[in-house]
Amino acid sequence: MGQIPLIETVHLKKYFSTPAGPLHAVDDINLKIYTGKTLGVVGESGCGKSTLGRVILRLIDATAGQVLFEGEDILTLRPRQAKELKKQMQIIFQDPYSSLDPRLSVSELIAEPILLTKTLHGKAEVNRRVAELMDIVGLAERLAVAYPHELDGGRRQRIGVARALAVNPKFIVCDEPVSALDVSIQAQILNLLMDLQKNMGITYMFITHDLSVVKHISHDIAVMYLGQNVELCSSDELFANPLHPYTKALLASIPLPKLNRRMSQREVIHGELSSPISPKPGCRFAVRCPERRPECTGENIPLVEIKPGHFVSCIQYAKG
Amino acid sequence: MPNELLKIENLEIVYKTDMETVHAVNGIDLSIHEQETLGLVGETGAGKTSTALAILRLLPDRTAKATGRILFQGEDIAAMSDEALRELRGGKISMIFQDPMTSLNPVISVGHQIAEALALHNTQNKTKEEIEARVEEILELVGIPANRKNDYPHQFSGGMKQRVVIAIALSCNPQLLIADEPTTALDVTIQAQVLAMMNELKERLKTSLLMITHDMGIIAQTCEKVGVMYAGEIIEYGSVEDLFEGKQHHPYTIGLFQSIPDIEHKKERLEQIDGLMPDPTNLPKGCKFHPRCKQCMPICREEAPGVYVEGEHRIKCHLFGGTSR
Repeated sequence: MGQIPLIETVHLKKYFSTPAGPLHAVDDINLKIYTGKTLGVVGESGCGKSTLGRVILRLIDATAGQVLFEGEDILTLRPRQAKELKKQMQIIFQDPYSSLDPRLSVSELIAEPILLTKTLHGKAEVNRRVAELMDIVGLAERLAVAYPHELDGGRRQRIGVARALAVNPKFIVCDEPVSALDVSIQAQILNLLMDLQKNMGITYMFITHDLSVVKHISHDIAVMYLGQNVELCSSDELFANPLHPYTKALLASIPLPKLNRRMSQREVIHGELSSPISPKPGCRFAVRCPERRPECTGENIPLVEIKPGHFVSCIQYAKG
Repeated sequence: MPNELLKIENLEIVYKTDMETVHAVNGIDLSIHEQETLGLVGETGAGKTSTALAILRLLPDRTAKATGRILFQGEDIAAMSDEALRELRGGKISMIFQDPMTSLNPVISVGHQIAEALALHNTQNKTKEEIEARVEEILELVGIPANRKNDYPHQFSGGMKQRVVIAIALSCNPQLLIADEPTTALDVTIQAQVLAMMNELKERLKTSLLMITHDMGIIAQTCEKVGVMYAGEIIEYGSVEDLFEGKQHHPYTIGLFQSIPDIEHKKERLEQIDGLMPDPTNLPKGCKFHPRCKQCMPICREEAPGVYVEGEHRIKCHLFGGTSR
């Protein structure tokens, strides 16, 4: 593709310092997200997927590397310019119970980002925009005066979506937006997000641990393990032809709502996530990997393109 | 046919406060046989956990009122003395709670927490040494090295903590294990490990299992019988084959299946169930699902549906006629 990606990360790193040593939350991530597309980021808790989302939005400062927004490095912007940029980039948080101020009404919550960024002036104009946003996300008009505690999780998440949309962003990081919701409500929110993308051309980075959700919504998927991107390719390719042993293990772990795949017939991987603090060089999944070889440890394994658009970081494919 | 272990007849649970009356469970019937796994599936507020708590008589007695009958091995739980109840809880029936982070005591070592259950149900007058030996045995059983028995909960990961909780629940060889969303707080690979372990232990120890979950995948992987709950009722009940491969279903069950993104076939758009779960303080008249049902008929708004029965498969819906009970 010749076009410039809307978002690109170049050798992006975020290390947190802990008494035990540096914690590698995000380690050398190179991703490209094109306008109007969705990149799904999957991984288990502690793999750094939320940190990655936050570093891209400059909610946390990166340790090293670049984040390019339409080709421009945003990590070097001065605070004032960075503030302007926040109108282009927004986030929807996981928990609609704790991410909304309980003392603001629905209309105040949605108006807040508009007033903060001063995108609209005058009460009438702001109110009109709030009403319009409530209509877009499917919140009934009568709820404008309601408070978050009066609403269920699905409606609260709709407020979260409206707040993110309020400033007309080009890019939204969705950090597990449906994990706290029941399946029937989850389907409503996923449909809403996909409709918004179709109608407004919004670009998403969709962070989740749920592989069936990520498959449904994403064009491309990045699989993360302990801060590293271990596999990156299109959504269809990942599910049809997973290459990294971790991706295979993840896919095998999902309890499918079908009887022909009972748990007993499938293999489960053993062990748990190792520590992200001062990891040794080499593949971080090696300790749990069923296909481990001696060469897996000792040297870092690069993410290489096996075939057009399919990147894997695994020793089996490194020297092909 | 194995013996019936637990039988629930027309259970109703109402929570009453000064402000409002919540109808959490509205007349459910179910039974669990020996060595059988029954799944209860439904969304938040469907009454799954209330049902589980009622089985152990753990509902708060000031606000909650349970009517109907719960028989365990033919004995009415409501009529049991406190002493008999103590024997029942953690002894014959034990429960795994959803959140392993909060169901363990942070200041007592895990070995001691397992030993506590054993000491309370020490019917065979085991000595201290025998109890310690059993603690080590049960820890190994759930895949934790016995030398970690003196560690405290914060030294374990989430998956390991849930294994400890399962160890406590299994320590007294219960006949019935109630698992309330046992893997919801865990990651998928860890969830797969814990589910595989539960399946294996259930076979080995010949325990019956009541699995409460919101995840159809877990039901398909672990259960033999399934009850789908909605607004305090079991709206569909049957074997897993009836539910996953049968032709006739309750519209809510169909909606629930369509809401799950399919990992094997890509769909452009999910079929959603519009609307929300009804308010349990003000349940709709007639069928409780009718305001969200795509196949709603005039009769659905007026009359509660009877139960359509075909073999073991029961559907509570007007679409299939059915005999009222």
